[in-house]
Amino acid sequence: MSRSESAGDIAVTVRNLRRAYGPRVVIEGLDLTIRTGEFVALLGESGCGKTTLLRALAGLDPVDGGHIEGPAQPAVVFQEHRLLPWAPLWRNVALGNETAEGRRRAEKALREVGLQGREDDWPRNLSGGQAQRVALARALVRQPKLLLLDEPFAALDALTRIKMHLLIRELVARHRPGVLLVTHDVDEAIAIADRILVMRAGAIASTHLTADTPPATLRGRLLKELGVENDSRAA
Amino acid sequence: MTFESADRPAVTARPTRSAPALPGGEARYQLLSWLVPLAILALWEVSSRAGLMSQQVLPSPASVAETAWRLIRSGELPAHLGASLLRAAAGFAIGGSIGFGLGVLVGFSRLAEALFDRSIQMIRAIPFLALLPLVIVWFGVDESGKIFLVSLAVLFPIYINTVLGIRQVDPKLLELARVQGLSRLETVRRIILPGAMPSILTGVRYSLATAWLALVIAETLATTKGIGFLAMDAREFLQTNVIVLTILIYAVIGVGADSLARWLERRLLAWHPNYAKGARA
Repeated sequence: MSRSESAGDIAVTVRNLRRAYGPRVVIEGLDLTIRTGEFVALLGESGCGKTTLLRALAGLDPVDGGHIEGPAQPAVVFQEHRLLPWAPLWRNVALGNETAEGRRRAEKALREVGLQGREDDWPRNLSGGQAQRVALARALVRQPKLLLLDEPFAALDALTRIKMHLLIRELVARHRPGVLLVTHDVDEAIAIADRILVMRAGAIASTHLTADTPPATLRGRLLKELGVENDSRAA
Repeated sequence: MTFESADRPAVTARPTRSAPALPGGEARYQLLSWLVPLAILALWEVSSRAGLMSQQVLPSPASVAETAWRLIRSGELPAHLGASLLRAAAGFAIGGSIGFGLGVLVGFSRLAEALFDRSIQMIRAIPFLALLPLVIVWFGVDESGKIFLVSLAVLFPIYINTVLGIRQVDPKLLELARVQGLSRLETVRRIILPGAMPSILTGVRYSLATAWLALVIAETLATTKGIGFLAMDAREFLQTNVIVLTILIYAVIGVGADSLARWLERRLLAWHPNYAKGARA
């Protein structure tokens, strides 16, 4: 396996990726390209290799073969906010660059996610949605070329989730990282992604552009691909 | 909170959240909590004066206070108290540093754990008071033996809680450190040590108590200064009021040490929901 920087407006390119745990092959012959500013959602049943792919792109897990062309240090937002409970918000956002300059940038990033004036507050005083917004600020503060989202809204209530969808769309439009969102939620994928990939048996099984198909039709198709038949709401 | 489980070592009791407040406010409860001790003190004084209790068995609070005043004015009490505190501080510094150093080493390195942990645990299994005769043989009855005993008493609680604290740091936060590209040193400073701090401070608090116990025992060995000497000397001459005074001093310093530990916790763990302002221990 090799890894190198991506060039121009390509956020990440993956070629012929392979990952196996012993005899069990999780990813096999996977190809993927994400451009900067492009929002890609990755759907798939549990155990299809979605999270394995994300962790490989994040550099958290090794891969067994293939080539990744992307930033060495992509930003990641996890399902849990993973804020340091002992650090005030600005230090959480600036983590790794806790200088005066880092603080100034953290303040700007917190303002962008609607938490201005909370720089010196503690994570324990935040709601789930607010904590996840700080995690977003922490991811975006370093202007990443690639943003990896591992089911970041799964633990939030329905209304907070919708607000987060709007916020993330806005932030991605402004900062233009390439985004890979791993999710279980078909509606979430349709609501925020430009392109939806369905993963099956360790490879990309199909690609859908959300601009091409009416949401209801797309929803029915995706659910069918994911093995959910006879959904009453599907068109 | 996701981190609740990570900073909850099992060695000693932890502060619990306060019970729901009743009307009257915190100040009134504070006042109320002093009522029973004061009543006992008053009862003790009255029964002493009424002759219900012999001064030889249990002297009255007033006579203990008078003795304290006399010994303070003669300069005896401050000198002995100073000697005791110095011993405790020296023992705590030595034992604490060794315990913390070993704890960090074993906490970070599986190799160090394999090399040292079993031996440390075996030594820990010995009640340190059982070492008393050996300590006298090794060090004689001078200062070093006493400091050794205190160090030994302090070492283990700090060691165990440091190792535990480091091992219990949330692996998800360590993963975050990798994603954020933190260096090894930054990971230790920003994530591992703060994460281990609640456990380390529990060790400090616990070790202050054991240090104190070790000091009391150590000071009953032949000695010429210290609170323990004052008590032993008073026993020779059946000065019950001095004996009671020394016991009270041990108690006061014990409470003082505990307050110090709590103050440290409040300062260093301001972020922690269990130690935040308003939460009582």
